[in-house]
Amino acid sequence: MQDNQPTNTPIEVGDGASIPLKSDTGLFTAWRIAFFGSIVLCLFLAFGRPDRYMAIFKFVPEGIVITFEVTVGAILLAIVFGLIAGLGRISANRLINGVASLYVEVIRGIPLLVQLFYIYYALGRFVKIPAIMSAIIAMAFCYGAYMAEIFRAGIQSIHKGQMEAALSLGMSRRQAMRQVILPQAFKTVLPPIGNEFIALLKDSSLVSILAVSDLLRRGREYASETFDYFETYTVIALIYLILTLFFSKLVSIMEERLNDGC
Amino acid sequence: MTAASLQMIEVRGVSKFYGSFQALNNITFTVSDGEKVVIIGPSGSGKSTVLRSINCLETIDRGCIIVGGKDISLPQTDICKIREEVGMVFQSFNLFPHKTVLENLTLAQTVVRKRSKKDAEDIAMELLRKVNIAEKAGAYPSKLSGGQQQRVAIARSLAMNPKAILFDEPTSALDPEMIGEVLDVMKTLAREGMTMVVVTHEMGFAREVADRVIFMDHGRIVEEGTPEHFFTNPTHERAKLFLSQIL
Repeated sequence: MQDNQPTNTPIEVGDGASIPLKSDTGLFTAWRIAFFGSIVLCLFLAFGRPDRYMAIFKFVPEGIVITFEVTVGAILLAIVFGLIAGLGRISANRLINGVASLYVEVIRGIPLLVQLFYIYYALGRFVKIPAIMSAIIAMAFCYGAYMAEIFRAGIQSIHKGQMEAALSLGMSRRQAMRQVILPQAFKTVLPPIGNEFIALLKDSSLVSILAVSDLLRRGREYASETFDYFETYTVIALIYLILTLFFSKLVSIMEERLNDGC
Repeated sequence: MTAASLQMIEVRGVSKFYGSFQALNNITFTVSDGEKVVIIGPSGSGKSTVLRSINCLETIDRGCIIVGGKDISLPQTDICKIREEVGMVFQSFNLFPHKTVLENLTLAQTVVRKRSKKDAEDIAMELLRKVNIAEKAGAYPSKLSGGQQQRVAIARSLAMNPKAILFDEPTSALDPEMIGEVLDVMKTLAREGMTMVVVTHEMGFAREVADRVIFMDHGRIVEEGTPEHFFTNPTHERAKLFLSQIL
């Protein structure tokens, strides 16, 4: 896509962990300050100001479960969409290739919020599906398009000698893809998929505008009854922050392991 | 037809173009059952392209290639079946890095030949012993030296019981001290009567093992003959020049 950029150094901007700076070593890294800081702040609010905050902490966690259901459901489905579309993007068959490329281009050009509305309301006219299902499908459909590019790049990063060796042993293209290429590609795409998971976790807050009681919506419900907007959204933001920081750490650990592994 | 005259591989009038560059120009030769043919020539002469064409890793623009009586350029020919019968060993080994040495040998046996895991492992271990690397069966390829990896790659190819093996510069990526161990395995195969087509720069090997030497330059076969003839008394100037440069 960006072949025409003459830059030599790749600009790494993930949705997950921020790239650690060289100076970012020692005990007080940005991640540690943010992660443990928000946990300490949560504990302080819950037990230091129980009158205001304890009720919020009791009310919103139900939403965390929904947020996870949406995120995990969507990421699993997005991996399926992404794998199919990614394989389509490298297919020699022009029709399959065209359909897959069109999917990627169209979906990436439409804001996620519009897609959510579209699937929930526009398609809701023809098929009745529960809000949470349409939320999962819409998110998966959108993220599948981004995931397709990750899979395509992952598959293409495997040296072509691997395919040739598998073929020369009498394997069909399909067998070679399944037994030889995909297992290796999967390893290289794991960290970017982890980053997509974190991005999806954050974007899942968009589903709160459908009738899905995720973390953000639980907060809105609580705040609109008590008018404690400041307190409620502080807690919501802190919970999102703790979750994403936690997962971004997991992803970077995974990345290190994979780099050491081979 | 006697066994000696049986043609394992027939390459007939094959040409190939990369855009306007002609990589192969009317190549014709045959390899009979049990024969060892060594293809030599300067880099860029089309040696590897010929070899890869026999295994359908390259498409050809003109001519045909017949392997075991089947024309591989015809759409109705099952390419996978041809490749099952003709093994290939690559310059860069191309072992599967996510699988152990043993699994490298058993994968195609179970997936393609539909052998049971037990049978495949028995065959694999026997072959690993044959190439002197049985002790590394559980190791991953990245832990092996280049010479060891190439021996595993040869064993992997043998595990399919091929009727012929194509070697594409099997020692060119190796450190000098590891070349011998790979050539020894290849010599053993040659003695056992395996049909072999070898692209190599190892002139000693060519001289010792080859039944026939094919010399290529600029996509053409310039000279073809017995090793004695080729190394002692080549007819063409280009072959003489090449030999004087490398010997």
